[in-house]
Amino acid sequence: MQNVDFTLCEGEIHALMGENGAGKSTLIKVLTGVYEKDEGEIFLKGMDKAAVIRSPQDAQKLGISTVYQEITLCPNLSVAENMYIARGKGAGQNWKKMNADADKILKSLDIPAKATQQLSSCSIAIQQMVAIARAVDMDCKVLILDEPTSSLDEQEVQKLFGLMRDLKKRGVGIIFVTHFLDQVYEVSDKITVLRDGKLVGEYEIETLPRVKLVAKMLGKELNDMEEIRDDSLVYKEKDADEIVFEAKGLQSNAGIKPFDFYIKKGEVNGFTGLLGSGRSECVRAIFGADRVLHGEVKKNGKKIKISKPIDAMKNGIAYLPEDRKIDGIIGDLSVRENIILALQVLKGFFRPFTKAQAYKFADEYIKLLEIKTASADTPIKSLSGGNQQKVILARWLLMNPEYLILDEPTRGIDIGTKIEIQKLVLKLASEGMSVTFISSETDEMLRTCSRLVVMRDRKVVGELSGEDLTQNKIMSTIAGGDR
Amino acid sequence: MKKKFLGVVLSVAMVATLLAGCGKKEEPAPADDTATEAPADDQSGDDAADEGSSSDKVITVGIINNDPTESGYRTANVKSLEEAFSAANGYEAKTFYSLKNDEQINAAQQFIQEGVDYLLLSAADTAGWDSTLKDAQAAGIPVILFDRTIDADESLYAASIVSDMDKEGQTAVEWLASQNLDEYNIIHIQGVMGSAAQKGRSGALQEKVDAEDSWNIVTQQTAEWNAEKAQQIVQSVIDSGEDFNVIYAENDDMARGAVAALDNANISHGVDGDVIIMGFDCNKWALKEVQAGNWNYDGQCNPFQAPYIDEVIKTLEAGEEVAEKVIILEEKGFDSSITDADIEANGIGDETAPTE
Amino acid sequence: MQKNTSKSSVANVFSGIFRNQLFIPIAALLLLALFNFIMDPSFFAISFGHNNAGNPVLSGRLITILDNGSELAILAIGMTLVTAASGGQDISVGAAIAIAGSVILRVLCGGQVSPEHLQAPIIVGFLAACIVAMLFGAFNGVLVAYFKIQPMVATLILYTAGRSIASWINNSQLPIVNEPKFGYFGGLIPGIPIPTPFLIAVLCMIVIALVLKFTNLGLYTQAVGINESSSKLNGLNPKFIKLLSFIILGLCVAVAALIKVSRVSTINYSVVAKDIEMDAILAVALGGNALSGGKFSMPASIIGAYVIQFLTTTLYKFNVRADALPAYKAAVIILLVVLSAPVVRDKLSSLGKKLKSGTRVKEVG
Repeated sequence: MQNVDFTLCEGEIHALMGENGAGKSTLIKVLTGVYEKDEGEIFLKGMDKAAVIRSPQDAQKLGISTVYQEITLCPNLSVAENMYIARGKGAGQNWKKMNADADKILKSLDIPAKATQQLSSCSIAIQQMVAIARAVDMDCKVLILDEPTSSLDEQEVQKLFGLMRDLKKRGVGIIFVTHFLDQVYEVSDKITVLRDGKLVGEYEIETLPRVKLVAKMLGKELNDMEEIRDDSLVYKEKDADEIVFEAKGLQSNAGIKPFDFYIKKGEVNGFTGLLGSGRSECVRAIFGADRVLHGEVKKNGKKIKISKPIDAMKNGIAYLPEDRKIDGIIGDLSVRENIILALQVLKGFFRPFTKAQAYKFADEYIKLLEIKTASADTPIKSLSGGNQQKVILARWLLMNPEYLILDEPTRGIDIGTKIEIQKLVLKLASEGMSVTFISSETDEMLRTCSRLVVMRDRKVVGELSGEDLTQNKIMSTIAGGDR
Repeated sequence: MKKKFLGVVLSVAMVATLLAGCGKKEEPAPADDTATEAPADDQSGDDAADEGSSSDKVITVGIINNDPTESGYRTANVKSLEEAFSAANGYEAKTFYSLKNDEQINAAQQFIQEGVDYLLLSAADTAGWDSTLKDAQAAGIPVILFDRTIDADESLYAASIVSDMDKEGQTAVEWLASQNLDEYNIIHIQGVMGSAAQKGRSGALQEKVDAEDSWNIVTQQTAEWNAEKAQQIVQSVIDSGEDFNVIYAENDDMARGAVAALDNANISHGVDGDVIIMGFDCNKWALKEVQAGNWNYDGQCNPFQAPYIDEVIKTLEAGEEVAEKVIILEEKGFDSSITDADIEANGIGDETAPTE
Repeated sequence: MQKNTSKSSVANVFSGIFRNQLFIPIAALLLLALFNFIMDPSFFAISFGHNNAGNPVLSGRLITILDNGSELAILAIGMTLVTAASGGQDISVGAAIAIAGSVILRVLCGGQVSPEHLQAPIIVGFLAACIVAMLFGAFNGVLVAYFKIQPMVATLILYTAGRSIASWINNSQLPIVNEPKFGYFGGLIPGIPIPTPFLIAVLCMIVIALVLKFTNLGLYTQAVGINESSSKLNGLNPKFIKLLSFIILGLCVAVAALIKVSRVSTINYSVVAKDIEMDAILAVALGGNALSGGKFSMPASIIGAYVIQFLTTTLYKFNVRADALPAYKAAVIILLVVLSAPVVRDKLSSLGKKLKSGTRVKEVG
């Protein structure tokens, strides 16, 4: 990252935008002292000298707090303990007072949590809010929110925004990093765009329409954008009627109700519903990732048995899991090893690929999916989120599956990659692959899927296709009751 | 008798069944931390009667010893005791084997509470036994120390039947001096540092080396009773090219390791060889090496205290005083003049399957 | 400009060397060698002679190191796999060697203490030991993989009970094998002047190298060690892979036990291979492998094992006082382990980078 100017005013919500690898995280890490800066100075209000930030502790002292994408609290401690941990109050903690204080802050911020509650018993959204409350209590003047909404559902996002607006009124400057354009326009006052480690510009929100913002982020002109939109908006009605995969009364131990499901050759369908409605659990049951309790499964009309992932893989089913970090990448292994892993497992223990073969596969997909990596030997963990996701996608594409399940493939990755992935899905389907696509962003689903299975409270509550595929119809089905 | 092993706790259960399967009643169960207790009630009466024991009364003894896996010496020691204090001889034995002092003390307390008639003790450590011995005295249970002495007042125990490790060392060093070499260049391989056997056997040699100009120590290291470590130590000396003509190993295992190193380096040893080999403990196999002339000397450490203990108990039972409170076992050293009879009488570690 | 790039590429090479996992163990080996060379060049003398049976034999400290380090090197192979797959260590290998050794003695001596002739072919004894050691390995593996017990805790059971079990197998006797041929495995094969244990160790290294090359053992264990949940979703069976690593370690234990028993034709259950588990774990750590599992380098572990043996032999040579020996060893090993820790290696390599930028600044100035 080089030569970036960034100004944050009191009581302002300032969105920091850019594709993955544009330098947002780096900027934040410099501001919070995780990385040391090589050049440049940081000034804070009321200080005539440049601030010295060498460590996160320095940043905290100066009133700069960060809430990261991944929750960095301790799930097995109580809410209050999390709020006061490592804040130098040392031994002789007064637990009663601590809990009372915590409750007061939580109440004033309207956060529905109790001080004595164990943190892990709260939802992700509440946990995030607790992290924010902790920052607020530390007298922070600058609050950095790094992708706070990526694992929240719509209601939770609204709650979080309420909290942000509240803080704004109190004069806190908020740096808001997100991939969701809607959210940016909902709460932000200003936008700073970064690209390839450089500053593109700082804009008032009114002066920068969405399309322009995307163009700035991608570094493309408006015309190019039109093209992408055109392309991605088009989806074809599938007329093939050959059922590739079919499940009847499938139920796993992950707490979903038995459900029926089918997908045709070349079809793209999806599961939709609120976060936690059981979307992922359904596809996990199909793939054998959770223990299947009962149900009948057919592939190309033939009855098969899937009790563990390898069974599904042998039947040409691939599954890109929801949580990239926990279920997807093998962090320390190279991009090459991560790409070949699934196919290698399928091929067998005693038949490893030669180095040359492995490199051939890896290089082919690095090129095909435009994966940004130093080499095929780079550990996957050092890639940006979007590129990690592409590697996992490459892993499953290499297997050349008949049926590909993508669970939130676009979460937490930049808009450019999102569009690429959507286009890829449509292309694969046009070549005859069946794809199940799950996304929290309904417009992505609308753009790609020709049929949606709607879920509520771990139960399939409806199926939409054709003319019913509209934002409103989905919403009303999810909410229950046709309005 | 079938129920002999019923009292054994889970960890030894497997062990015990197999031993029972071997048809040996008195095998030492190699339990490490667990007391193997023979149930008293169901056997006492008729057993004693059947055997026609000299006394009508079954004498209960609590035996606390080190773990039989410690060494061949200990194996022989444990076995000799268990054989001597069998039901056939009018005894009922409760046994506990551990290398840990605190566990031994706990077991002793337990035995005292159960009201054994005699407590036989070979302590892992010399210290820490005072209060336990006083408890025993208060309960009127005579304590007989064997094999190892402890730091406690003589009044606290009835008798002590021990080896004199210092004397073992002296006997060995005297034998070595009698070889009349011009110069003694000795590789001294020690046991676990601080153990009674190591102190006694090292002490005598060290004294002599300090006193005589012609006696030199080439190297002095502990192999911790371990054959492979002894082999490495001797190998190291051979590699350095230093001259030596005596290997003084403080037990048979280590002597064996040392010899293995010599064999690899084409250095002759034993009678008529370049290097004198000395070991301790009188394992049967070691005595055979001595007899064959591969080794020169093996010093005895007598594990057979049982007959002496038996005698003491008989004396006390008769209501008499023990003549000598401290009994030092007679211990010999053997060289190539050893006879088959000597091996049979003094060697430990039976070759044939042990009989009852 | 030309000069500049060449300099920075030199620095790059340096930073690459620091980062390489083999750097620390090899550097340690060279350092020990250098130290000994300065103190006494004859340390490296190798001479050719004959043993008491008239067979040719090479001798010298280097040969001694290769000879005595064999068991440790073999165990390091298994320990590396266990560490990589389970993210923990097996502390029962010493006790397991006692068991496997006891099985060999039991089979070869048929329950007698010192039989004139072998009661069974050596291979039968060895195979029996392999089976028993692998069973005990599987026992540990099941506890770790299926019952999710922390490896050190799971193997603590065998660590505590193993030597008693070994003693029980032979009725607390310490049998002796009188067959000279049995001594070949821990000594010399007539006509071959190189110690057999080293040959066996080399054989094991070749076997594991082939296994790693021609199977997916390496990829699978690393994947499972790094991310179990993700491995499962890629069709692997993490539990089985962990179990497998413990069974392989069991096999290594059996081979090491054969050498140990053969060295002096008998063993003492309570002291044989005492504390060897700690040395084996150290070898893995010295090789720069994360003890929390994941990526591993087999050659680094094996070199690590020989570093430890080199150190032991050096200490013997300098006649370090017996009771002070562990302290010296500990001091040197702390140093080596700290140096080979990933954190320190990163620092060293960034030092290399600074060197690079430093030269650049100078050029400009």
